[in-house]
Amino acid sequence: MTSLPALPTAKKLGLVIDLDVCVGCHACVVNCKEWNTGGYGAALSDQRPYGADVSGAWLNRVHSFEVMPEGGEIIGEVGEARIVHFPKSCLHCADAPCVTVCPTGASYKRTEDGIVLVDEEKCIGCGLCAWSCPYGAREMDLAAGVMKKCTLCIDRIYNETLEEVDRQPACVRTCPANARHFGDLGDPSSSVSIMVAERGGIDLMPEQGTRPVNKYLPPRPRTPLAESAHQLAKGEDTSGATGFFAWLDGMLDRI
Amino acid sequence: MHPAASIIAFTVLSGVGYGLAAVLGLGLLDPTAIATKVAHISALALISVGLLSSTLHLGNPQRAWRAFSQWRSSWLSREGGLSVLAFLPLIVSAWFCVIEGRYLAPIGLVGSVLSLATVFCTSMIYTSLKSVQAWHTRLTPVCYLLFALAGGTLLGGMFGAAGGGSVTVVLVFALVLLIAAWAAKIAWLRNLDSLNPLSTPESATGLGAIGRVRLFERPHVTENYLTNEMGFRVARKHSAKLRKLALLLGGLLPGALVFLVLAALLAGAGTGATAVLALAAAVFSHIVGMLSERWLFFAEARHAVMNYYGG
Amino acid sequence: MNHTEGVALSEPIADEVRKTTCYMCACRCGINVHIKDGKIRYIEGNRDHPVNKGVLCAKGSAGIMQHYAPARLRAPLKRTGPRGSGKFEEISWDEALEIATGWLDNVRRDDPKKLAFFTGRDQSQSLTGFWAQQFGTPNYAAHGGFCSVNMAAAGIMTIGGAFWEFGAPDWDRTKLFVLFGVAEDHDSNPIKMGIAKLKQNGARFVSVNPVRTGYSAVADNWIGIRPGTDGLLILAIVHELLKARRIDVDYLVRYSNATWLVIDAPGTVEHGLFARDGEGKPLVFETVTEQVVALGSKGARAALSGRVQLPDGRFATPSFQLLAERYLDPKYAPEAVSAETGVAADSIRGLAAEIARVAFDEAITIEQPWTDVHGQRHEGFVGRPVSFHAMRGLSAHSNGFQTARALHMLQVLIGAVDCPGGFRFEPPYPKPVSAHPTPHGRAEHFGSNKPLSGPHLGFPRGPEDLLVDAEGRPTRIDKAFSWDAPFSVHGLMHMVIANAHAGDPYPVDVLFLYMANMAWNSSMNTAGVIRMLEDKDPVTGEYKIPKIIYSDAYASEMVAYADLVLPDTTYLERHDCISLLDRPISEPDAVQDAIRWPVIEPDRNVRGFQSVLIDLGARLRLPGFADNHGKPLYKDYADYIVRHERRPGIGPLAGFRGLQGDRAGRGATNPEQLRRYIENGSFFSAHIPLEAQFFKHANQAYQDFAVRMGFFDTPQPVTFQLYQEALQKFRLSAEGLREPVAPETHRQRILDAFDPLPDWYRPLGEAMVDGQEFPYHAITQRPAAMYHSWGSMNAWLRQIHTANVLYVPGLICERLGLVDGDWAWLISHHSRIKVPVVRMEAVNSSTMWTWNAIGKREGAWGLDRNVPEAQKAFLMNHLIHELLPPRQDGLRWSNSDPITGQAAWYDLRVRIEKADKGAVSEPHFPGLAEPDDELSSPEELRYGQEWAQ
Ligand SMILES: Nc1nc2c(c(=O)[nH]1)N[C@H]1C(S)=C(S)[C@@H](COP(=O)(O)OP(=O)(O)OC[C@H]3O[C@@H](n4cnc5c(=O)[nH]c(N)nc54)[C@H](O)[C@@H]3O)O[C@H]1N2
Ligand SMILES: Nc1nc2c(c(=O)[nH]1)N[C@H]1C(S)=C(S)[C@@H](COP(=O)(O)OP(=O)(O)OC[C@H]3O[C@@H](n4cnc5c(=O)[nH]c(N)nc54)[C@H](O)[C@@H]3O)O[C@H]1N2
Ligand code: SF4
Ligand code: SF4
Ligand code: SF4
Ligand code: SF4
Ligand code: SF4
Ligand SMILES: [Mo]
Repeated sequence: MTSLPALPTAKKLGLVIDLDVCVGCHACVVNCKEWNTGGYGAALSDQRPYGADVSGAWLNRVHSFEVMPEGGEIIGEVGEARIVHFPKSCLHCADAPCVTVCPTGASYKRTEDGIVLVDEEKCIGCGLCAWSCPYGAREMDLAAGVMKKCTLCIDRIYNETLEEVDRQPACVRTCPANARHFGDLGDPSSSVSIMVAERGGIDLMPEQGTRPVNKYLPPRPRTPLAESAHQLAKGEDTSGATGFFAWLDGMLDRI
Repeated sequence: MHPAASIIAFTVLSGVGYGLAAVLGLGLLDPTAIATKVAHISALALISVGLLSSTLHLGNPQRAWRAFSQWRSSWLSREGGLSVLAFLPLIVSAWFCVIEGRYLAPIGLVGSVLSLATVFCTSMIYTSLKSVQAWHTRLTPVCYLLFALAGGTLLGGMFGAAGGGSVTVVLVFALVLLIAAWAAKIAWLRNLDSLNPLSTPESATGLGAIGRVRLFERPHVTENYLTNEMGFRVARKHSAKLRKLALLLGGLLPGALVFLVLAALLAGAGTGATAVLALAAAVFSHIVGMLSERWLFFAEARHAVMNYYGG
Repeated sequence: MNHTEGVALSEPIADEVRKTTCYMCACRCGINVHIKDGKIRYIEGNRDHPVNKGVLCAKGSAGIMQHYAPARLRAPLKRTGPRGSGKFEEISWDEALEIATGWLDNVRRDDPKKLAFFTGRDQSQSLTGFWAQQFGTPNYAAHGGFCSVNMAAAGIMTIGGAFWEFGAPDWDRTKLFVLFGVAEDHDSNPIKMGIAKLKQNGARFVSVNPVRTGYSAVADNWIGIRPGTDGLLILAIVHELLKARRIDVDYLVRYSNATWLVIDAPGTVEHGLFARDGEGKPLVFETVTEQVVALGSKGARAALSGRVQLPDGRFATPSFQLLAERYLDPKYAPEAVSAETGVAADSIRGLAAEIARVAFDEAITIEQPWTDVHGQRHEGFVGRPVSFHAMRGLSAHSNGFQTARALHMLQVLIGAVDCPGGFRFEPPYPKPVSAHPTPHGRAEHFGSNKPLSGPHLGFPRGPEDLLVDAEGRPTRIDKAFSWDAPFSVHGLMHMVIANAHAGDPYPVDVLFLYMANMAWNSSMNTAGVIRMLEDKDPVTGEYKIPKIIYSDAYASEMVAYADLVLPDTTYLERHDCISLLDRPISEPDAVQDAIRWPVIEPDRNVRGFQSVLIDLGARLRLPGFADNHGKPLYKDYADYIVRHERRPGIGPLAGFRGLQGDRAGRGATNPEQLRRYIENGSFFSAHIPLEAQFFKHANQAYQDFAVRMGFFDTPQPVTFQLYQEALQKFRLSAEGLREPVAPETHRQRILDAFDPLPDWYRPLGEAMVDGQEFPYHAITQRPAAMYHSWGSMNAWLRQIHTANVLYVPGLICERLGLVDGDWAWLISHHSRIKVPVVRMEAVNSSTMWTWNAIGKREGAWGLDRNVPEAQKAFLMNHLIHELLPPRQDGLRWSNSDPITGQAAWYDLRVRIEKADKGAVSEPHFPGLAEPDDELSSPEELRYGQEWAQ
C-alpha cells in the first residue's frame, strides 16, 4: 500500500486555511490534540509534562512569522512589518513522499478520498516518513513508538453517531475565527475550491513536488488609511468655530 | 538532521562490512588462510551489528519484519530485503571458506553484487529524500559505494596481510578507492556548500509575495520530535574542523599507511607484523574518520521543515 | 481498500454529554463535556450556546488537563512553616471552618473594618458582595480596580454602559470596526467570531495597538501608536469630524446632554455645572421662542450653541458649544498630535474620513417602527455602521478614564451608540448613573455585629459621596472613593496589601482573598508585596498582616502566603452562577445568564468556595445566611442560587422562574430551576423584541421590557453625558469653592485631571520620570492560549508558552547590538529585571513587550523546580511600582488613574541595557515547598490511551 494510488484520487478531502483571518489563537492546535488523544490510534503522549523539557506529539501546530517588505519601513501603515500566524498540519499531498518511503505499508493514501493515514498496527516507528515530509506534518509518538499525523479527523467526518453538522474536523469546528475550511478540493464546484479560486489559494513549497491538497489563502491586500485622508476636508469650508456654529444652527433647523 | 548514534554506527559498520564482503566475494584473499576465515566472520559480524543497531531507533522493533513488504516503492524496504537476501550467499561463502577453506566464485560474486546493492539501497534512502537537499544528489550513492569499497579493500588488505598472502593488488585498489571516495566526497561537500536552498521560509509559507519571512514565534517553546530529529545544527567552525578530521583520519592517514605498506611491499619487504599493524591502524583510523564523516553527513544536512522553525 | 475497513469510522465519542459553562477564562462559553468511563473524553463548544456558538478556544480545549492537573489542591491547609515557605499541614474542613469562623467572628464583633475581603477572577460578586455587606466590613471589592475600571466607569458615566459585558459591536452589520488596545479580552471567542464576520462581509478592521500580533495581525490597517497617547488620537479624529461637520446633530440633541446649559460664572460654586430648574431639571435654550426652558418641554428645539442669560441673570452656554470649541482648537489637529502619538497625520485624517464616510454615507436603516421615551414614533432604526471596542490598552493607563471617555464621546458624536451597525448595549445595560447606588463605607455606614448600611460599590455623584472622614482621610483600606481616586467604582485591590502593611489608613486583622494570585502576577512590585506579606511587627513578632485566608484551586504562589487555605474545586466540579445581578453573558439581542454544575464529582477533599462562603456566613450568623435561631438558610450554593431573592421575585438566575418555570426575569423561585438550566445547556436566553433592540437608552419598548425583566422597577432611560457634571464638582472642590473642599495636597491633581470634557494629559508615571533616562515603554499582552497564571499547571497549554521573552524593536536591537537569545537588563525607576530578548519589527519603535504572567515562582504550580517557567520566564510586574516616584513634598501617589484608581500597568517607562548571557532570569526567588511535594509529577502522560483501539 506504500505505493500511491495509481490514478489521482478523484475526491481530495483537505483543509483550506485562511491566513487573512487566522489570529494565531492555537484553538485548533489544542482541540486537535484533545480530540485525537482519545480517538484514532494511540494517545498523543506528552513527555515530562510538568518538567523542564516538556514535549508532546501534536498533529497541528501554529507558527508565527514576521514578514518584512524588502526595504520597508518599520512604523507607519503600509509597507510595514507584519505578523502572520500560520497553522500547519498534514497537507494530504497527492504525491506524498511519506507514503512511498514507508517500508511497512503502514503509511498509505486512501483512494476513496485522498486522506493520508498511518496504520499504527503496521508502523515500526522508523521515522523515515517524517524525514521525507518537507512540512513537518508527522510526529512520532514517543510512548507508543508509532508515527502520528493528522487524520483529517477521519473518525469524525464519516462518523454516523455525530450530527451531520459535526462531521467535520475538530480543528475546523473549533476555530473561532473561521480560518479553517474543510471540503473536497477535487471537486471544482465545492465551496473550498471556489474559495481557493477566488482568493488565489496557494500550495506550500510547490518546489518539493508533493502537490499538497491543503491550500492556504494569502492575506488580502490592504488599502492604507492615508489614501482616504483627502476625502474629509473636501466640500465644506470649515475654518474656525464661527463657521461651525453657523452650520450647526442650520442643521438644527432641519431636525 | 540529528546525527543518531545508532544510524551512524549502522551505516559505517554495515558499510565497511558490506565492502569487506564484496572484496571477499571477489576471491582476492586466500580462502585457506585463518585470517580470511576471520575476515568472513568479521564481515558478517559488522553487517549484523550494523543492522541490529539500525533497529535500535525503531519505535516498534518487534514488527521490523514488516519492513520487507514494500520493496516496490520504498528504498528502506529494499535495503531491508536485500540485506537479508545478501546474507544467503555471504553465509554460504563464509561456510565454504571457514569450514572447507574454499572460494566459490559464483556465490562469491552474487554476494559481492548483493552487498553493494544493499549499500546502494541504504544510500538511496537518503538520496531519495527531496526534503533533505544535501542528500538529494547522485553523489550520495557514489560516496556510499566508494566508501564501502574503500573500507572493504582496506580491511581486506589487512586480513590478506595477516593471512600472509599477496595483498598488493588489494592495497592498490584500496588506495585508489580511498582517493576516489574522497574525491567524490569532496565533490559532495562542494555541492552542499554551494546549494541554493530549494525551499525557503518564503516558499514554505507562501508569503514571499509580501516580503522577507522570518520566524517570529515557534508553535511550542520547548523542543519537539521534529526539532530534535531535523533541527540539529552544527556550528560552521565545528563542521570545518570535523571535516578536516574526517579527511585526515578517514582518508589521508589510512591512505598514507597503505601507501607506505605498498611501497615496502614493492620494495620487496614481506607482509610481516609491521605491515599488518600498519594496516590495522589504517583500518581503525578509517573507521573513526568515517564515523565523523557520517556524523557530519547528518549534522550538516538541513531539512526543509526547518524553514518553519527558523533553523 | 481493506485499510479503510480497519479504521473505526463511527465510534461514538463517549457515553454521555454533559453541558455546562467553560471557565478556563471569564468569557463563559457553553461546552459539551463528553464523559466516557467516568472520565472526560472530550470537551467541545456547544453549538446552541449564544456566546460561542460551538467554537472553543485553546484554553477551553485544554480543560481536561486543567481538571486533572497535579497542581490541584487536595484538602484544607494550615500553615506550619513561615509564610512563603510553602509548608502546610492538611486539616479537616471542620477545623478549617472553625478557625476561619473564630478569626472572623472576633473581627466582626470588635471592628468589622479589620476584615479586608477581596476577590479576583471570580464571577460570583453578587454573592461575595452580599456576604461582605452582611458581614459589615467596608473593605470589599473585586479585582476591577487593577483590571479595567477605567473602561467600566467611563462607559457607564458617559453612555450608561461599557464595552465587554455591557455591550458589543454589531458584528453582523458593522462596516468599519476600530479596535483600541485589545490583545484578547474577555469576549475572547466572540471577538474572533466577530472578526471572521467582518472579513466575510468585507468590512474594514482597524487596530490601534503598539504591537501587531493576534487581532492586530489580521487588521486591514494597523496603527502602531505610542502607548498612552490614544486620547490624543481620538480627539484628533473628533477635531477632524467637527471641522468637516460630519457629526450626527439630530442624535446629539435627542440623546445627549449637548443642549444642556452650563453655567458660566467663574469663581462661584456653580460654575461649570448645569443650570437647572427648581425640580433639578436641566435647562436648555429654546430657539423658536428664544427662551430658557426645562429639558423635555414639549416641542422645544434646543440650541447647541450660543450664550444665553438665565432667568437668574447668570450666563450659560450649551455644553456642546464648550465641547466644539475645545476640540476645534488646532492643538488637536492631526499634524499637532502626530509627533506625540507616533501616528502619521494622514493616517489620522484617513481614519477620520473613513469613520465619517461609513457613518453617514453608508448609513443603514432597519424598517421597524419604534417609539422613544418621549413618546415620539420613528419609522425605523437608523444605523451608523461604525463600531469600536477597546480594553486595557486604553484602560491600564493613568489617563485611561479620560481616554475611554473620549472614545465614548466619539461614538456619540457620530450617532453610533446602540444603533444598527454600531456599538450595542447588552442587557441589563444601559443603566444611568442615577440607577446605581452611591458607595457605602463611611463610619456611619457600619459597626460592630451589623451589616453595612448599603452596597460597598457605587457611583459618587460628587465629593459629598466620598468615603472619607471629617479630615478627608479614607475610610476604606484600599482608599477607594477617597480624594485619591474618587470614582474608584471597583475598589483598588492592588493597594490593599501595601496599605494594610503600612497600616495606612489603618491595619487589618484578617485578609481574605479569593481566586487572586496577589503574591505574584496580579500585584505590582511583586518582590515588594512578597516582603510585605512576610514582614513582621518587630515588637509583637506577629505578621504585619496577621491572618490571611485564601481560596484557590491550585498550588499558586499566593497559596504559600496564606495561613489558612480553603481548597476550591475545579470548574467542572461545582455549581456557579453567571448572573444578571453580576456580570452576565447577555447579547445585544437577548437577555442571558448561565450556570455551571458538577459534571464530574470531586475526588479530593475540596469544596466549592461559594458553598464554603455560605457555610461561613451561617456559622457567623450573618443576616441573609442564617435565620434568627442561627439555622443556616441555605444548604449550599446550588440551594442559594435557586432560593435567594434580592428583591421579591428577583434572584440570581432570571430563567425558568415561577412555579411552572415559565417566567423570565421576575418570578417566584422554582425548585426545578437548575434542572431546567441543565436541560437547556446550562444557559437561559430571552430574546428582546425587535422594536426594543436598538436605542435602548431611549427606547420605550426596551425600557418596558427592562422593567418586566426586573432590571429596574421603573424605566431608566439614559442621556449620554458628554459633559460630566460630577467631574466639575470635584474641580470646584479643588478650587476651594464647593464643600467638602479638596485637601490642599490633592487640589492640583484634581484640577489637572478632572476635566468635565474628555481630554488628554500625559500619563502620570511618564510625566514624572526622566524621559531621557527611561526613553522606552514596556507593556504586556494576554496570550490567547493562557489565562493569566492558570495555564502553567496545564500539560498542554504550558507547551505553547513555556517561557516568555522580551520583544525589542529592531532599531533598539541594532543600537545595542542585541541579537535573538541575548539577555538584557530592563530598568525602571523602581527596579530592574534580567531577561532574554528577541528582535521584532512589527511593533511601535519605542515599545517593548512580553506575554503576561508566564513567569512562575520555583516550586509553585505542581511543576518541577527547573522548569523554564521558573527559570527563564519572567514577570514585568517587578518593574511596576504600586506608587509613583516621590513628589517634591515627599508624597507618593498610587500608580493609578487619579479619577478611578485604575492600576496604570502600561504607564511603565524603561531603559534597556545589554547583559551577560544568562540561564536564569532575575529577580529569582527562593523556591517554595509545595503543599504536595511528595507527589512527584508523572514522567509521561498518555491521556486517553485506554480508549485507543
Ligand atoms: N504585568 C501585568 N500584570 C498584570 C496584568 C497585566 O496586564 N500586566 N493584568 C492585571 C489584570 S487585568 C488582572 S485581572 C490580574 C489577574 O491576576 P489574578 O487575578 O491573580 O489572576 P490569575 O493569576 O489568573 O488567577 C488567580 C488565582 O486563581 C486561581 N484559580 C484558578 N481556578 C480557580 C478556581 O476554580 N477556584 C479558585 N478558588 N481559584 C482558582 C489560580 O490558581 C490563581 O492562583 O493580573 C493583573 N496583572
Ligand atoms: N487568553 C486570555 N484571555 C484573557 C485574559 C488572559 O489572561 N488570557 N485575561 C482576561 C482579563 S483579566 C482581562 S482584563 C482582559 C484584558 O484583555 P486585553 O484588553 O486584550 O488585555 P491586554 O492583553 O492587556 O491587552 C492590551 C492590549 O493593549 C495594547 N496596548 C498597551 N498599551 C496601549 C496603548 O497605550 N494604546 C493602545 N492602543 N494599545 C495599547 C497591548 O499591546 C495589548 O495588545 O483579557 C481577559 N481575557
Ligand atoms: S483556531 Fe483558527 S484562528 Fe486560531 S490558530 Fe487555529 S486557524 Fe488560526
Ligand atoms: S504533508 Fe507530509 S505527511 Fe502529509 S501527505 Fe504531505 S508529505 Fe505526507
Ligand atoms: S514510521 Fe511507520 S509510517 Fe513512518 S515510514 Fe516508518 S513504518 Fe512507515
Ligand atoms: S483535521 Fe483533525 S487531525 Fe487534522 S489537524 Fe484538524 S483536528 Fe487535527
Ligand atoms: S474563551 Fe475559551 S477559555 Fe474562555 S470561556 Fe470560552 S472557551 Fe473557555
Ligand atoms: Mo483583568
